[in-house]
Amino acid sequence: MALQSLDITRRSASPTASPQARKTIEIAKLIDVSTCIGCKACQVACSEWNDIREEVGHNIGVYDNPTDLSADAWTVMRFAEEESNGKLEWLIRKDGCMHCADPGCLKACPSPGAIIQYSNGIVDFHQENCIGCGYCISGCPFNVPRISKKDNKAYKCTMCSDRVSVGQEPACVKTCPTGAIQFGSKEDMKDVAATRVADLKTRGYANAGLYDPQGVGGTHVMYVLHHADKPEQYSGLPKDPAISTTVQLWKGWLKPLATIGIAAAGLFGFFHYITVGPNRPDDDDEHAAANPAAKQEDKA
Amino acid sequence: MEVNRRQFFKLSAAQVGASSLVAMGFSPAEALAEVRQYKLLGARETRNTCTYCSVGCGLILYSLGDGAKNAKAEIMHIEGDPDHPVSRGSLCPKGAGLLDFIHSPKRLKYPEVREAGSNEWKRISWHDAIHRIAKHMKADRDANVLDKNADGVPLNRWLTTAMLTASAGSNETGIITQKFLRSLGIIATDAQARVCHGPTVSALASTFGRGAMTNSWVDIKNADFILVMGGNAAEAHPVGFKWAIEAKKTRGTKLIVVDPRYNRTAAVSDLYMPIRAGADIPFLGGVINWLIAHDKIHWEYVKAYTNASFIVGEGFGFEEGLFSGYDEAKGKYDRSSWAYELDADGNAKTDPTLQHPRCVWNLMKAHFARYTPEVVTNLCGTPVEGFLEVCKQLGETARPDKVGTILYALGWTQHTVGAQNIRTMAMIQLLLGNMGMPGGGVNALRGHSNIQGLSDLGLLSTALPGYLTLPNEKDHPDYASYIAKTTPKALQPNQFNYWSNTPKFFVSLMKWFWGDKASADNNWGFDWLPKWDKLYDVLHIVELMHQGKMNGFIVQGFNPLASFPDATKVTQAFSKLKYMVIIDPIATETSTFWQNHGESHDVNPADIHTEVFRLPSTCFAEEDGAIVSSARWLQWHWKGADAPGEAKGDNEIIGELFNTLRQMYLQEGGKVAEPILNVAWNYRDPNAPSAEELAREMNGKALADLPDPKEAGKFLAKKGEQLPGFAALQDDGSTSCACWIFSGSWTQAGNQMARRDNTDTGLGNTPGWSWAWPANRRILYNRASCNPAGAPWDPTRKLIGWNGEKWAGADIPDFKADAGPDSGMNPFIMNPEGVARLFCTDKLADGPFPEHYEPMESPIGTNPLHPKVVSSPAVRIFKTDRERLGTHKEFPYVGTTYRLTEHFQFWTKSVLLNAIAQPEQFVEIGEALAKEKGIVQGDTVKVSSKRGFIKAKAVVTKRLMALQVNGQTVHQIGIPLHWGWEGVAQKGYLTNSLPPAVGDCNTQTPEYKSFLVNLEKA
Repeated sequence: MALQSLDITRRSASPTASPQARKTIEIAKLIDVSTCIGCKACQVACSEWNDIREEVGHNIGVYDNPTDLSADAWTVMRFAEEESNGKLEWLIRKDGCMHCADPGCLKACPSPGAIIQYSNGIVDFHQENCIGCGYCISGCPFNVPRISKKDNKAYKCTMCSDRVSVGQEPACVKTCPTGAIQFGSKEDMKDVAATRVADLKTRGYANAGLYDPQGVGGTHVMYVLHHADKPEQYSGLPKDPAISTTVQLWKGWLKPLATIGIAAAGLFGFFHYITVGPNRPDDDDEHAAANPAAKQEDKA
Repeated sequence: MEVNRRQFFKLSAAQVGASSLVAMGFSPAEALAEVRQYKLLGARETRNTCTYCSVGCGLILYSLGDGAKNAKAEIMHIEGDPDHPVSRGSLCPKGAGLLDFIHSPKRLKYPEVREAGSNEWKRISWHDAIHRIAKHMKADRDANVLDKNADGVPLNRWLTTAMLTASAGSNETGIITQKFLRSLGIIATDAQARVCHGPTVSALASTFGRGAMTNSWVDIKNADFILVMGGNAAEAHPVGFKWAIEAKKTRGTKLIVVDPRYNRTAAVSDLYMPIRAGADIPFLGGVINWLIAHDKIHWEYVKAYTNASFIVGEGFGFEEGLFSGYDEAKGKYDRSSWAYELDADGNAKTDPTLQHPRCVWNLMKAHFARYTPEVVTNLCGTPVEGFLEVCKQLGETARPDKVGTILYALGWTQHTVGAQNIRTMAMIQLLLGNMGMPGGGVNALRGHSNIQGLSDLGLLSTALPGYLTLPNEKDHPDYASYIAKTTPKALQPNQFNYWSNTPKFFVSLMKWFWGDKASADNNWGFDWLPKWDKLYDVLHIVELMHQGKMNGFIVQGFNPLASFPDATKVTQAFSKLKYMVIIDPIATETSTFWQNHGESHDVNPADIHTEVFRLPSTCFAEEDGAIVSSARWLQWHWKGADAPGEAKGDNEIIGELFNTLRQMYLQEGGKVAEPILNVAWNYRDPNAPSAEELAREMNGKALADLPDPKEAGKFLAKKGEQLPGFAALQDDGSTSCACWIFSGSWTQAGNQMARRDNTDTGLGNTPGWSWAWPANRRILYNRASCNPAGAPWDPTRKLIGWNGEKWAGADIPDFKADAGPDSGMNPFIMNPEGVARLFCTDKLADGPFPEHYEPMESPIGTNPLHPKVVSSPAVRIFKTDRERLGTHKEFPYVGTTYRLTEHFQFWTKSVLLNAIAQPEQFVEIGEALAKEKGIVQGDTVKVSSKRGFIKAKAVVTKRLMALQVNGQTVHQIGIPLHWGWEGVAQKGYLTNSLPPAVGDCNTQTPEYKSFLVNLEKA
């Protein structure tokens, strides 16, 4: 069912190219921080729809609960008390996956088909294919994915791909009491944002603006911020997010080099085993050495 | 370069491992990937209404199976109904988590009893439970019911068993409970309205004629200015607050928040101003003074539609903090001097020029002249510029084409001056001409899903359905005196004075109570109604229990141990009862008040001899019925699944209990048995009256053909038909109606409450969606949106207008439809004056004008306006409670309690999704005070009052600022109220161990918003 409704643009670590013929609407979720009341309805609706329940935690002296994203909490509200020009502000930001156009997680993921980008812009994790290596976490400039302790697989917001695939909005969007979260085509969301930014400017927020960072090719979750010049004020939203050097390198010249190196190591190991017998692997190369099939790697 | 050797090998190795799997043929299918399958395609959808607050959001319940008989429906998902005109698919964190309420591990499944002195529950059968309870009740009633007083007035008053009714129950449960209660003679009864919006009813009814939110949720979008004060709309009513945000987005509306805390409403406001809890009247009184001084008055409106020109009698006065007529010994006012001067015809004298020194305008002006900006700042601690900005913004709306609204809730009601807080704002809205206007009004945001309905149904000690009063022993010993004293005479010529129809409402109600047994010969069964002597509100009930004067307590969907003030006293009071009956879907602290929970609830079960019965009831998702939203919409909901275990519907529980009792009276006889034997109980299954039957009774039906007085040969209704509305009610016994204001909700055309046409007829009005009392009017007093000549004050905001023949428009006119502008009839049709009251004559216990009095526990210990009268002179406080008041010397900080958006009262700590979102009890402390006390973020602190203490986590925040009040620094501590020991959240202390048992002068709603505490690091 869903394969027909959501076309795939990119798959992690997959040998074949994805079909590119069909064009679908590029969607986006717009989070207008200036009308967010931090009620956490989005958190609750997310967990309800997705059948996840975080453990009941503790109050640690702030309103934030759960205190961080987890495999069982895909979105959390982050509260920051800030004072500027003698005026107190309570900046409340819904944190979760940004669904980057150029997703660092997907680039970093070594497991074929564990991370998928649909042509509408959603970046989805497919846990059946996840090997729990955690590279998506190092690949993510927003520190979003989390590995579950129960099954050692990575989880994050799916943008309710199951709902979007049948034409519905994500659960958080639907439930949002004040309409601070909206959903539609990315183009429409940019228009909505422009209207909001204009309103905020009339209310004295000279630096109001849209957060759609180009360092990751733009995102499919965007924010309207009263202080777009200082995104860090919103509980550390990165000013200029970009995919980490490690992942960039990996996808660039390092990967083929490593492949050759590993293949060589594998072959060496294989012949070493045949000719010399078993060796005791040191900590660093135990994985590679344990896998004599590495010679297949050059096809990837 | 951040790639070291180890990273390089890890990356490479994983790639090798993964790609190798592909190579070995394990994963081509997975590599394509699919999204999770959409889970609702074939699920059955049932329409319902959220059970928490009174925004009344639409729900869709999704259940397993498609409704086939062989499939057992199990609700597996709930989301918002996108067709609902108010919620439009949204749900707040409570509504979004409803699934976990329905499936809470704390749901009750079987009847249980906790025997005297025992430390455990024992499962029993329904039969045994009902029979044991009925025996207790009959024994107590037979021993204690009062038959007649010394003058021979029949009393049917049973004071030794009390009952609380459920604000989340349906109207249908409410009305059958009303019949049950009054036939038994119970007047020690109350609903959650007493601990929340009692003062709203009192204040708004005494000003405008009806005690309800005046406009609707969607209408907030029509406001040019929104003040949120005495409430926290974003947190307590998030989905209703949608429309405040809509106004901001679409009209450029300014939103100002005035509150002791910078709260989540403040987070999206244009301006936030701090205020000391309990200093709202100085602030609002200051606004009145400023508006008058700066001539920001909608003069035409004020002169035409208020009593500004009415002349007050000579005896009225105000001096040194006291209005005329104060009796110090009684601690009460004789209110006879708070009256108009009448002419020979009984009409109030007026001076349209407003020159008369005793006209309301001049008295009001003089009264509030004392509330200067300096006085405001001194008492409130609010910066003067902020106060003036609020005045300016409000003042802008004095123009006919600018309208402002106020959203408030318990921040104003839960004070000894609760009703007067609201009165002050009501007066401001009249001065600005904002009443009856789209985008205006005084919007009381009710807290519980059907507390509006329970208020409407008279489930309060001295009330009857439709805001009729229960007869009083002294004032109304017989039918004639009741009718004479409760039917007002018009105070101006040509007024509608709708309460002049009281006899029709009352006789129709009696026909519902007693059926064929009510006749003109027996005054419609008047003698069988219980007669009250005093108000038995919850504070009074607890006091009587504490004195050992009560034996039984029936608690339907209420958690009084957590909800009532001074939990220690409440526990002692409950421990003196013989029996307690809990009817609830979930486990409450009240039901386990006999359990020891360490220092948070240190009791010895063996010492408590109360027999406690716990009966499991259905919740909203498991029943049909209607509940009334804050905007007075009666919305019908449908059952989505069966209740768990042996849980039964409330109607069934009340039905079985009543019939068991009645059977006992039939067989054994008993004291004052007549009302029990005579009450009409003609339901298809007497043990389980259906929601439909009861809803139809609330609408009312014709008991004989009702000829149409306007057209010969036509009928308003034929015998046996449902009535078209309350205009058809009669006082000759030919109509029966359980609640006159609900008449029109289930007519011959069917169930109007189930209507789902969301067509916008203009300005966001959706008259085809559900049904609103009265007569489906959505904005009360909407005649006042037009000038006296019948044209809208603001042509862009035309709600109704006079078309030459009648009033018509987007809303149903709240007026006599054919009374033209030249009729002289005025818009406030429930008031005998026809106009709204700036001076509310004798309607309130504590004064015809609001005056600032300090909370009973004042942080400054004086009242700079009149040091001899510090707190309100009209407060009722029991001796034992007075002894439990603290002073600012021992308890220097102001405590104020409130709700968090993640939780609903004491229910959602039993709901996993909400427990996750806000898991543990905390208090909010300003940075300055925290520093002084050496408290840091996340510390455990102890907050204590004269009455008890709690321990909680500290949220240290910039959002609570130290205020300068009367020359001293006042720190306020914010205390969310949601915790206890039952539930799935972290266990906590009962917040209401802290506040004092003293209430609003008019309604006894407890002073939860301002009391004194101390603070230490635990």
